[in-house]
Amino acid sequence: MIETDKLTKRYGHLTAVDALSIYAEPGQVLGLLGPNGAGKTTAMRMIAGFLAPTSGTARVCGHDVIKEPLKARRALGYLPEGAPSYGEMTVREFLVFIMRMRGLRSDVGRRRFDDVVSHLQLEEALGVSVDTLSKGLRRRVGLAQAILHDPPVLMLDEPTDGLDPNQKHAVRRLIDTMARERTILISTHLLEEVHALCNRVVIIAGGQLRADATPAELEARSRYHGAVSFSAQGSGISQEMLGRLPQVAGIEVDPLDGRITVFPKPGERILEPVETLLRQQGLEISEIQLERGRLDEVFRQITLGAETETQA
Amino acid sequence: MSPAVAVLRRELRSYFVTPVAYVFLVIFLVLSGILTFYVGDFYDRGIADLQPFFVMHPWLYLILVPAVSMRLWAEEAKSGTQELLLTLPINLWQAMLGKFLAAWIFVGLALLLTFPVWITVNYLGSPDNGIIIAGYIGSWLMAGAFLAIGACLSTVTSSQVVAFILTAVVCVLLILAGQSQVLDFFQGALPRRLVNGVAHLSMLRHYEAIARGVLDVRDLLYFVLTIAAWLTAGVLVLDMKRSH
Repeated sequence: MIETDKLTKRYGHLTAVDALSIYAEPGQVLGLLGPNGAGKTTAMRMIAGFLAPTSGTARVCGHDVIKEPLKARRALGYLPEGAPSYGEMTVREFLVFIMRMRGLRSDVGRRRFDDVVSHLQLEEALGVSVDTLSKGLRRRVGLAQAILHDPPVLMLDEPTDGLDPNQKHAVRRLIDTMARERTILISTHLLEEVHALCNRVVIIAGGQLRADATPAELEARSRYHGAVSFSAQGSGISQEMLGRLPQVAGIEVDPLDGRITVFPKPGERILEPVETLLRQQGLEISEIQLERGRLDEVFRQITLGAETETQA
Repeated sequence: MSPAVAVLRRELRSYFVTPVAYVFLVIFLVLSGILTFYVGDFYDRGIADLQPFFVMHPWLYLILVPAVSMRLWAEEAKSGTQELLLTLPINLWQAMLGKFLAAWIFVGLALLLTFPVWITVNYLGSPDNGIIIAGYIGSWLMAGAFLAIGACLSTVTSSQVVAFILTAVVCVLLILAGQSQVLDFFQGALPRRLVNGVAHLSMLRHYEAIARGVLDVRDLLYFVLTIAAWLTAGVLVLDMKRSH
């Protein structure tokens, strides 16, 4: 369990994290989302105990990070931003060092070590020094370090940053398999990641909480939620007809490919009426789609809204 | 195993995986030899002791100890591993102590490797080996004090060069504080008690007392307290940086 209670960090006049209260429970993958500089990393650093909050606090598995820092850290596996590790050590030495730091007994430690190494496919990298590893491998070493002690809570700061699509996929699958009994907090600015991984999302901007919802709920906030888009030939006539449908609020045409998007009035379902109309018109529809909503649009709406507010 | 021991082992090992350790050892041994025989008039004095050898140590440490201590925290701050280290279940004291002890053991090793000088002097004459042992203890303690200063100043910056310079400056001040020229300079301007206080702060005075073979508790205490004070200061700096 991760819980923050009005967590605040100020640097002089700048408030990096502003009274942030979030909560994540076992089985949950909570995505901490926000533009660069929103305070994601600062918030995570406070939860991990690397930075002391200006006010407020955080709890990891019920352990207050200020009053019981060591207990909180024992319950936590943390991948800092950029996955730092000691470059001059080999992967094996580095992981053994972490085992010692974590006080893992040698028999338990050995089993965990083998487990983690095979899980992250690090066998061949064990004898190589961290400095010479590729970015993807280094990230995996960072992940290995974070899960070595089998922590109930996992916090990963941009775990797939800088990885290629295959590596991203592998890391996401790994997080997915670990998610069942654990509490996982990941920070990201990649919206695809939210779909792929998270069952809840917290959006922060300017250090403040802007939204706390499931990905589906966020999508429902989008203008595109429930909209119908299609590509058809000779659609010039149909536009007018579509506009006359009682459920339709508006129509947009993509200037590049001529794709038409029809927006519903609030609460209306328009897929069926639109389809019927198009069929009646005898239009050749090459493809038609019911939109779930666009996270990028919601994200922009939420985070840019915050910016204009702070400017004003 | 305590996390402090884990840090100590990692640090000590890291000295030897890079060529830095070997370069340091060679320079230390060569310089201590040269200084003893050429500058210290080892032969011409005609006395079978290691006084010329030990007299040079403060000046040797002035250059070499900051080179060992500069990386202790500055490197971690630069590479970001500090965030990794300090979010592991270890408190600042354990981390500081682990790093300091690793550096101290390393310099101790360098000191031990000067044993040929000791063999030489025993071959040439019959020195008082008790005084020589005291000299080694004093020298190692002084190295510890310098290292503690270096460990502390390494926390204030992420630049190893800055850490080196700061440490060298503080160390030279602490060496010079006991020189009669410096004390004479202050004699007129400052009250007598303050001048005496400055003189007592001097590394050199306590070191020379021990190196003469007089193991006074006060001199030992001076080094122990100096080490403790600077390490504490380092821990405080780390803690301050955490809450910024």
